[in-house]
Amino acid sequence: MKMSVGNMYNYFSSKEELAKYAIKYSTRIVASELREVNNMKISSKEKIFIFTRRYFENVKKSPEIVEYFLRVYLSNREVFSNGCEGFLCVGDFVTEVMILLEEGATNQEFREQDFFTAFSMFMGALGGFAFLSGENVLEKDLLEYSDGIAENIYRALKYED
Amino acid sequence: MRTKPKVLWLQAVTCNGNTHSLLCANPNRLELFFNSFDLIYHPSLTTNSNLLDIINSKIKIDYLLIEGAITSNTKFFSIHNHSVKDLLAQLVLQSKFIISVGSCASYGGIHKKFELNKDISGVKKSIDKKVLQKLKHAVINLTGCPVHPEWILQTMFILKAQGKISLDEENRPIEIYSTLAHHGCTRNEYFEWKVESKTFGTKEGCLFYDQGCRGPMTKSSCNKILWNEVNSKTRAGVPCIGCTETDFPRENMLETKKHIGIPFETPLGISKRAYLSITGVAKTFRIDRLRTKLIPDE
Repeated sequence: MKMSVGNMYNYFSSKEELAKYAIKYSTRIVASELREVNNMKISSKEKIFIFTRRYFENVKKSPEIVEYFLRVYLSNREVFSNGCEGFLCVGDFVTEVMILLEEGATNQEFREQDFFTAFSMFMGALGGFAFLSGENVLEKDLLEYSDGIAENIYRALKYED
Repeated sequence: MRTKPKVLWLQAVTCNGNTHSLLCANPNRLELFFNSFDLIYHPSLTTNSNLLDIINSKIKIDYLLIEGAITSNTKFFSIHNHSVKDLLAQLVLQSKFIISVGSCASYGGIHKKFELNKDISGVKKSIDKKVLQKLKHAVINLTGCPVHPEWILQTMFILKAQGKISLDEENRPIEIYSTLAHHGCTRNEYFEWKVESKTFGTKEGCLFYDQGCRGPMTKSSCNKILWNEVNSKTRAGVPCIGCTETDFPRENMLETKKHIGIPFETPLGISKRAYLSITGVAKTFRIDRLRTKLIPDE
């Protein structure tokens, strides 16, 4: 960033404030991607496939953003306990996931289930795979797994007669 | 002495609920009503004239109030062997202001769901179009099942004093129907923080998330002009069932329609994205004060 550590504190009153800003910043990037996909006139299944690919492209292009989410935000909850509780700092993205799931269920592409079980299928798969990518244990390029992961997410959510 | 404006109350296909409601008005207000208007006919009250005499005499009526849905089918409903639609057609020609009292008179209400009689409608729809066009004043709809007695009285007093009243897109008086049943609800803090009520009849919790409350999407002043001056459905712990809106009665009225745990309908005028942004965050907080009983069990 070509900025001294001391200079950072001209903009952020503490490390915690910087950490909170960083998570809001990275969340908005992912939320913006999903909002764009949500606004497309396509099926919910196609939305899952497109968003999964875009998410993995972001992981490849800016791994530090997802790394920050996984290794700082999720692992240091005490840093975020004041003013960033619950969904407060990630609300933009959670809202878009809600819209994706609710519209899918309204159109009977997705089956009815509890929001959090559906949410975990979606975010668990994406987050978990980004973690594997960060650990460099994947045998193939990350994007080659995109459709497979999207298919798994879709099957976990899809409507059944 | 000036003569009082003449009021005629016609009962069509009805449960009598709006008459009950009117008679439960604040006694002082009801007395003022009777002192201010000349109620020349009401089938549940003693009057000097019967309905056919009034129609045959062609007497001018200032306010024609109709309770109940309209049908031309005498198999199901008739008065003096006449269909109520025919009687209404006569009375409309004699009347200055026409007021549909209650949801059934406004648009058919629950009687429209009766499958054996397809000829059911509200007052406005049952009036001949040419006659409707010639009316000096639009037909006023006082929706509600039943309508609040004070809404009837306020409408009457405004019309008497000013000779006109502002109406919304459903021909309801704006002054009475501009706000939502949600406004004034004592459970609004629970709504804001998404704390649900688990059962009917409790003082705590919001009835919107599980129990089908239509307060946030229903135009009605039930929580501003209280029933019997003390209470409302939501204050008593049962959900608003949206009885002032034209889609009433709906199916499964005591359940909130949801998809993946997310309410299908959002508060009036609030986009789903805006609603979910706020509630998604609110839901993650645990406000202990809102999760404890207001009055602890002994």
